[in-house]
Amino acid sequence: MREQLEELLIKARGELSDINEAKDLESWRVRYLGRKSELTNILRGLAALSLDERRAVGARANEVKSLLAEGLNQKTEELKKESAQKSLRVDDALLARGDITLPGRPYPVGRLHPVTQTLNEMSEIFASMGFQVFDGPEVEWDYYNFEALNIPEEHPTRDDQSTFWVDHLTSHKGWKGLLRTQTTSVSARAVETMEPPIRVIEFGKCYRYEATDATHGIMFYHIDGLAVDKGITMADLKGTLYEFARRYFGEDRKVRFRCDFFPFVEPGVEMAIECALCHGEGCSLCDEGWLEILGAGMTHPEVLRRGGIDPDVYTSFAFGIGVERLPMLRYGVDDMRLFYGHDLRFLRQF
Amino acid sequence: MKISLNWLKQYVDTNLAPKEVARRLTMAGSEVKGLQVIGENWEGIVVGRITAVNSHPNADRLTLVTIDLGGSEETVVCGAPNVAVDAKVAYAPVGARLINPHTGEQETLKSAKIRGLVSNGMACSEKELGISEDHTGILILSDEAETGRPLADYLGDVIFNMDVTPNRPDCLSIIGLAREVAALTGQAVHLPDTSYEETEPAIEELVSVEIDAPDLCPRYCASLITGISIGESPQWIQERLISYGMRPINNIVDVTNFVMLEYGQPLHAFDYEKLGGRKIIVRRADEGEEIVSLDGIERILAGNMLVIADVERAVAVAGVMGGANSEVTEETTSILLESASFNPRSIHYTGRTLNMPSEACMRFERGISPELTMPAIKRATQLIAELGGGKIARGIIDVYPGKVEPQPVAVTTEEVERVLGVKFSREQIESTLSLLGFECRAGSSASEVVALAPYWRSDISVPVDLVEEVARIIGYDEIPTTMLDSPIPRQSPEPVIGLKRKLSESLTGYGFYEIVSNPLVNLETVNKLYPESHSPAPAPIKLANPVSIMHEYLRPNLRVCLMAALVTNRRVEGPVRLYELGKVYLPRFNDLPDEVEMLCGVIAGPRDESSWQGVSDGSAQATFDFFDAKGVVEGLLGRLGATARFEPSTDETLHPVKQAAIMVDGGQIGVVGELHPTVLEGFDITESVYLFEVSLPALISFTQEHRMFQPIPRFPTMLRDIALVVDAGTAYQKVTDIIEDFPLVEQVTLFDVYSGDQVPSGKKSLACRITYRSPSHTLTDEEVNEVQQKILDKLSSDLGAVLRS
Repeated sequence: MREQLEELLIKARGELSDINEAKDLESWRVRYLGRKSELTNILRGLAALSLDERRAVGARANEVKSLLAEGLNQKTEELKKESAQKSLRVDDALLARGDITLPGRPYPVGRLHPVTQTLNEMSEIFASMGFQVFDGPEVEWDYYNFEALNIPEEHPTRDDQSTFWVDHLTSHKGWKGLLRTQTTSVSARAVETMEPPIRVIEFGKCYRYEATDATHGIMFYHIDGLAVDKGITMADLKGTLYEFARRYFGEDRKVRFRCDFFPFVEPGVEMAIECALCHGEGCSLCDEGWLEILGAGMTHPEVLRRGGIDPDVYTSFAFGIGVERLPMLRYGVDDMRLFYGHDLRFLRQF
Repeated sequence: MKISLNWLKQYVDTNLAPKEVARRLTMAGSEVKGLQVIGENWEGIVVGRITAVNSHPNADRLTLVTIDLGGSEETVVCGAPNVAVDAKVAYAPVGARLINPHTGEQETLKSAKIRGLVSNGMACSEKELGISEDHTGILILSDEAETGRPLADYLGDVIFNMDVTPNRPDCLSIIGLAREVAALTGQAVHLPDTSYEETEPAIEELVSVEIDAPDLCPRYCASLITGISIGESPQWIQERLISYGMRPINNIVDVTNFVMLEYGQPLHAFDYEKLGGRKIIVRRADEGEEIVSLDGIERILAGNMLVIADVERAVAVAGVMGGANSEVTEETTSILLESASFNPRSIHYTGRTLNMPSEACMRFERGISPELTMPAIKRATQLIAELGGGKIARGIIDVYPGKVEPQPVAVTTEEVERVLGVKFSREQIESTLSLLGFECRAGSSASEVVALAPYWRSDISVPVDLVEEVARIIGYDEIPTTMLDSPIPRQSPEPVIGLKRKLSESLTGYGFYEIVSNPLVNLETVNKLYPESHSPAPAPIKLANPVSIMHEYLRPNLRVCLMAALVTNRRVEGPVRLYELGKVYLPRFNDLPDEVEMLCGVIAGPRDESSWQGVSDGSAQATFDFFDAKGVVEGLLGRLGATARFEPSTDETLHPVKQAAIMVDGGQIGVVGELHPTVLEGFDITESVYLFEVSLPALISFTQEHRMFQPIPRFPTMLRDIALVVDAGTAYQKVTDIIEDFPLVEQVTLFDVYSGDQVPSGKKSLACRITYRSPSHTLTDEEVNEVQQKILDKLSSDLGAVLRS
């Protein structure tokens, strides 16, 4: 019985050392350490032996059992290490040659239109100052586009905003339908429909009847802003626009506020930024070193009054920005027509 | 508008550098968009007098010109035709910087031998000096130019290229701008002396003026000068006109233009002898009345236009342009000079309707004060008499039916602070307004200023106008910068904005490019989308005044724009995925159109970018198909938590079979399908295109529902695969509808569709995996078998489905 034990030990060890894969370890364990293993059989046979022999063989049998278990542990560890090493080896034939510069498998990339990106960025900036988006129609009554904004008929200001009229569209009030020339028309609606305090931005497509060139199109985007409350001042307007300029154009860009005229504001403001190309010296891109960015001002009392807001109680500021100019300046786009030309070679760049 | 700084400085003293003058004007509202310095590079160039002109021995067209430079003489070779002894010219020595007339580049003048003779410098043309484009001859200076003086002293100037705002017609004049400069620098304005001698008889004996339309003509002033002789106006007037960009004509017309530029009041000179009945009548035109304007064009007038007429006929379109029938010509000896005020809207209407933009029109339509007529007519009368040598009839006719007493405007220091956010004292406000010519007095309270605007400021009517005056003269830089500190108003975001953003996030993630299109489209292109009916219903909205038929209608759908984008990108290799989120415009009777936010996308071309690991067996790359477009829609809706069903549809733009209505909760929110071959042919597109279109208002109601969290399942699933043989025409949806209706069924997924030799003809096999799960316990085989048998029975009885053997 003793010899049987020693033979078993040698055989089991030999088989264990031949094992190369972790999956074969389990059958080895069942064979030599399991409930129905040879070793178990030997231990069961102990009962037939004398007490002395039983003691001696039993002790050896337990030794063999722990030796085998130890061997299994060692082998398991060994194989784990080996397999970890193995996974670092390269099976891929191409990578084995080491050319990691081969292109990756392409994943489709899509992009937002640059104008949408600009609108999103601006909305975010103004939202952080409490301005929420307010929407209004593109096809608009002449009243909201002009009269409500203090632009009477036959006023020269209308010449700069040559208008597309909708064929045979007249309201029961006698108003005529047009394509809005500015999103300020939505401000006219905001003062009429909302109660102060008001803080809104309005953006969207606008249309003007004019010759198309690199900086003018018959369709373009505007963003307008409007704040109405007690105690709003031109200082607040400056602060709001400075904050916009700082965040959109960067911390160091110089900003200028000068007097300008728009019929729906008084005092009127034009904001310009320093030309990045000539640094204020004056060049072909700018006007004497400055680039006009937006028109603004304190909402004219007449505009508030028409909207049913008492200008003696409330003050208000308004601003309007041509959208395309912003990405044009940021990316150096020299022709506005590219935005609406659908060319993927253009759209892929943003 | 071009303004000569030299001219401006005749009315206001300033030592400020031109750039600083320009900056202050700009900041205060009158924008100087550019500065042109004339004579910046004229170093060495002096005034010379020609003393001799000799022919060049070797060339017929060249002359040898000797020029006196006041102490020395030089001889130059000259090719200009207008050289003459005693003419004053601009002489440039060797080394001077001149513009090469052929290249337009600035070059240094070198000593040169021309046809064998050395030219020591040259006599310059206007182009070479950079004054104008004129290179037909050399510049001939006025006799007043002093020989030997630097040319820059004599002709040097700075030209401001100005943009004056429409509310400031007074700034469309030198004196108006001088007043601005004066207010901005604390200087006084010098106005020209306009006194002159009058002679008998009185003007009333020679001419009368009658205003029949006082609503359109508040004031009409006239003076009469007899015995004048028409000729060229003197150099100094011509130069001023040229500096502004006007062409000199004769001494009379030039004076009216000069005074218009100087004072801002348009004037008109009639040939007095041509006025029938010696009478001026200001009246509305007869409907259809004809007049030939000064530019020789016959104009047909409407009854609401204003004319200046004599007793017989119209002699001018009031405020817009004079008539040829009363024009000043070389034979003219007596002038009736008009200085009048007209209704701005009427002038704007007339100028616009007749398409006759003019300098006069531009000033009148901005609303100049009737008070300006008198100073301007005095100045012009004086100049005409002075330059034309005539006699001035005694007095000026002044018919002034529209005189309005000027109304003072009051503003308080509190109001100024309320608007500007900075406090100015009453004294500061008063002194600032006084600089601008306002007459100020104390008001009813200690903080009130009552200001009477000077007559030339027709734009001041309400207190906030005074606030702007104070702010712009003191300077916007003096206004502090603060952030809004009132509570942020309650927000109620537009849900469609969030929806658009989510859709864009998904689509760009799927590889789509967003396009933005001009919604003004061509009707014929729209109609191509309707191969059967040939036009959309309802008819799209039409513009009354389109720029061209290419942009005549508002788009009734986004498809037309995406088709245009596909056409543009037809040469793109690889997959094309485009979408647009935007409005379509649907007409409503007597109301603004319904502007509906839509999503439309298209895919075309190969499904994947070509890759070196791609197709290796030489077969063609897989192209997009219907199920790609449908998959996009399912993905978009899934992201929004909505589930769609797809039902057969009949959209004529799409392939009759390969299209489906997108249904959510029984309502259609859009459509998906392949473009109809006839449509593709119409757009000259050769590859298949798949389109999806969703109405955002229809979609939005299904995406705002509050979604509840589902606990992670605690018990395992049991999977069963079945292959069902059904009629080829049986919709898969019917199969899943039946299966999913049973308890314990969590999900059905399709993993293969087969029709061919292995199944009877007219049949197809659908291989599905059914996932079973109970929320309360681990399922047993017996439980699942029981359900599955019921499912098979139901499929068999309802659809005739059998298990594939």
